[in-house]
Amino acid sequence: MSNPQLVMYDEEFKQINGVIEKLLREANAKVIFLVDKNGQLISGVGETERFDTTSLASLTAGNIAATGGLAKLIGEKEFSILFHEGEKDNLHISIVGGRVILVVLFDSRSSLGLVRLRVKKASDELTAIFERLMQKAEEKEKSGESDFPFAEITDDDIDNLFS
Amino acid sequence: MSFINYASREINCKIVYYGPGLCGKTTNLQFVYQKTATEAKGKMISLATETERTLFFDFLPLALGEIRGFKTRFHLYTVPGQVFYDASRKLILKGVDGVVFVADSQEERMEANIESVENLRFNLQEQGYDLDKLPYVIQYNKRDLPNIVSVDELRRELNPTGVPDFEACAATGEGVFETLKAIAKLILLELKKGK
Repeated sequence: MSNPQLVMYDEEFKQINGVIEKLLREANAKVIFLVDKNGQLISGVGETERFDTTSLASLTAGNIAATGGLAKLIGEKEFSILFHEGEKDNLHISIVGGRVILVVLFDSRSSLGLVRLRVKKASDELTAIFERLMQKAEEKEKSGESDFPFAEITDDDIDNLFS
Repeated sequence: MSFINYASREINCKIVYYGPGLCGKTTNLQFVYQKTATEAKGKMISLATETERTLFFDFLPLALGEIRGFKTRFHLYTVPGQVFYDASRKLILKGVDGVVFVADSQEERMEANIESVENLRFNLQEQGYDLDKLPYVIQYNKRDLPNIVSVDELRRELNPTGVPDFEACAATGEGVFETLKAIAKLILLELKKGK
């Protein structure tokens, strides 16, 4: 498969949140989201309750996919950073470790320069965590060790979802 | 591919509705949206032209409930059906867990259906997927119209491998949830198998 399944464990989830919370403070941002390239929200910190995070995640992934398509048309691998400037709020979107999207929402209390600088540092840390995560998932699968909750689901379990 | 989050105990899956232009993909999502309880659904997003033709995609997040303590969420997407939006269609297939093919039952759309299925298979291949190995169901839509092709013939042309198929009228909602249930079930069974 072109894109292996993404699995998130408690330990890495905490580490990831630690990194983006630090980024939120250091970049003076309002909200930070991490989104899978397929459009699934991985985590968010800051004033997340003010936003429709699910929609934001899906549109961000669509945006990255569309610009990625543009990049390929002109012979680039991808555009790794996107910046959207609004009247009050701005979006800084970047690709981390090739498969995860980091979205930083900030206003005039911060600046594009500061955000870019801090994002770069955080990206390296996030890349390392996601690499470990992928390795871990792979090892678990190889060893056959799995606490996967769906291994024993029954038809009844599934039918109950729709009742 | 699906995203399993042990930290927040969630499983997210992506379903894509595929099919020729004006076959009723968006109508399927709209009906699901209307009939789903507020707490189970998110906002429906439609990136459409001024004449309500899908430009990039429609998106509807659904939370179906819990299985073994895990929240199961399905993200429903449609592709733009018109032939010249092929580049966009490819993008939306990224990370897909299951596909619903919505066929237009009208005689004059038969060729468009066949072309669209071929396009689906080809675009999936480009992303490294095999349609025959992916959870896949077919919906024969617009069964209420007068000039329609028989289900037998639609089956022969569009469903040679015998995947689950359903007759529907998305405008009134007939067959819409049956289709959704079938694809959700196939995806969950695939998840079970995968581990």
